[in-house]
Amino acid sequence: MAYSDKVLDHYQNPRNVGSLDKDDPNVGTGVVGAPECGDVMKLQIQVDNDGKISDAKFKTYGCGSAIASSSLATEWLKGATVDSAAEIKNTQIVEELSLPPVKIHCSVLAEDAIKAAIDDWRAKNGTAKDDAAPPANESKTGESKTGQTTS
Amino acid sequence: MKTPIYLDYSATTPCDPRVVERMLPFFTDTFGNAASRSHAFGWTAEAAVDEARKQVAQLIGAHPKEILWTSGSTEANNLAIKGAAEMYAKKGNHIITTATEHKAVVDTVKHLETQGHRVTWLPVDGKGHIDLQELEAAITDETILVTLMTANNETGLVHPIAKIGEICKRKGTLFHTDATQAPGRIELDVEAQNVDLMSISAHKMYGPKGIGALYVRRRNPRVRLTAQIDGGGHERGMRSGTLNVTGIVGMGQAARLAREEMATEIPKLAALRDRLEQRVLAALPDAVINGDPASRLPTLTNISFPYVEGESLIMGVKELAVSSGSACTSASLEPSYVLKALGLNDELAHSSIRFSLGRFSTEEEVDFAADRIVAEVTRLREMSPLWEMVQEGVDLSKVKWTVH
Repeated sequence: MAYSDKVLDHYQNPRNVGSLDKDDPNVGTGVVGAPECGDVMKLQIQVDNDGKISDAKFKTYGCGSAIASSSLATEWLKGATVDSAAEIKNTQIVEELSLPPVKIHCSVLAEDAIKAAIDDWRAKNGTAKDDAAPPANESKTGESKTGQTTS
Repeated sequence: MKTPIYLDYSATTPCDPRVVERMLPFFTDTFGNAASRSHAFGWTAEAAVDEARKQVAQLIGAHPKEILWTSGSTEANNLAIKGAAEMYAKKGNHIITTATEHKAVVDTVKHLETQGHRVTWLPVDGKGHIDLQELEAAITDETILVTLMTANNETGLVHPIAKIGEICKRKGTLFHTDATQAPGRIELDVEAQNVDLMSISAHKMYGPKGIGALYVRRRNPRVRLTAQIDGGGHERGMRSGTLNVTGIVGMGQAARLAREEMATEIPKLAALRDRLEQRVLAALPDAVINGDPASRLPTLTNISFPYVEGESLIMGVKELAVSSGSACTSASLEPSYVLKALGLNDELAHSSIRFSLGRFSTEEEVDFAADRIVAEVTRLREMSPLWEMVQEGVDLSKVKWTVH
């Protein structure tokens, strides 16, 4: 399969690989996907006091398009407000990276990861939207984190 | 050293220059139709075909008259299985095989299943072996064919063909083996191994693509097949169509070279394969060798790399021509059905790579390949949330994933 130059660039030089402290109250973490599906994305945002995303990091297990989608997402997140970040759509990622139809799920996963990270941050900071109460958020974004606790 | 480095000899091999040299005159000067009985052009072609038939027969311990030319292994498998099913329909309609066969067998058998044949799909263990007692117990009076490959194309696992052949002979059922991966790599002897039908292909043994052969036993028992391609009655009426003389001559030469050089070539390649494997495992001790190291092709290793994904790994080692156990690149997003049949979880199946070495592989290439794989796996692990979790002591099997 031919990858676009942008996918190749992000794959070879991924931006913002790494981790933020998931216990930091200013950090929101989203982990989406599953190993058996071939992709898992962890996306983290650090939000400053005026609701701006000051830093974003990712780690991705997945194909080149999944790595590129999450790398691109962190680029877009940095400097954005939480509210505008929540508006990022997978179709924008598809367009920017010229993803073929078979790789669209990678962009969907990246959008899910962004939303999960934002939900996690909101849950921590009590700024959850009315239609998504913190416990419900916990069950969605907190699942993998709950599972991560060392046994 | 030229890149990309070819480590996919189980997919196909380049033609040996000595094969090409032997083939060339048959494109131009000696271009006759082997079926032309009335002039020298035909006689020359027929003589060349006979010579090649002898060379292929010698490679597998057969009589030249038992070699039937086909377009390759896929056609040979189709002819053996469908031809036997049709010919012996009066005897029964039961076929025995496994799920880890090549698609050319799996899909042919599935086709017969839709036509009303009864099929037993023998399970395999974690290494890919069938249970011989289970095989024996599965054979009934209705069984007309057991079809089990000699060596698996993905893991290199070599089945105990002689034992399987002995069971089939004793129970009175025909035994077909898809030996595509085997010639020149392991010893084949249709007599000693009690094989009734064997499929082989030229392009896996340094011959050209588009030519293969089906061995059809002539005595004890005499195997008969219903033709699947009708026409001029070539190949004892079992496979019509003007013979691909050029390809046949190439396959004959390839078979001769395989037979003559196997004894020196194989120990060299096995040592190179072991070197590759050891170099990778020394740096990545949690890498997993798939298949059975005690019974496999000397030229192949299939390794899973936990915590990294196969397609991204392949993408990262562009300098290497290798195969991925994940079929993502063919757009189906499915991990290998062979590795899944061995019980590998999807994650490990996704991250497996098949390295297959051949006649022109060198130590320098193997070292370079091992180092590239290690470097890329290490880079991708740094990027992998799974690797991070494992380093933190998380048991990945206990994580509740958001399956999409």
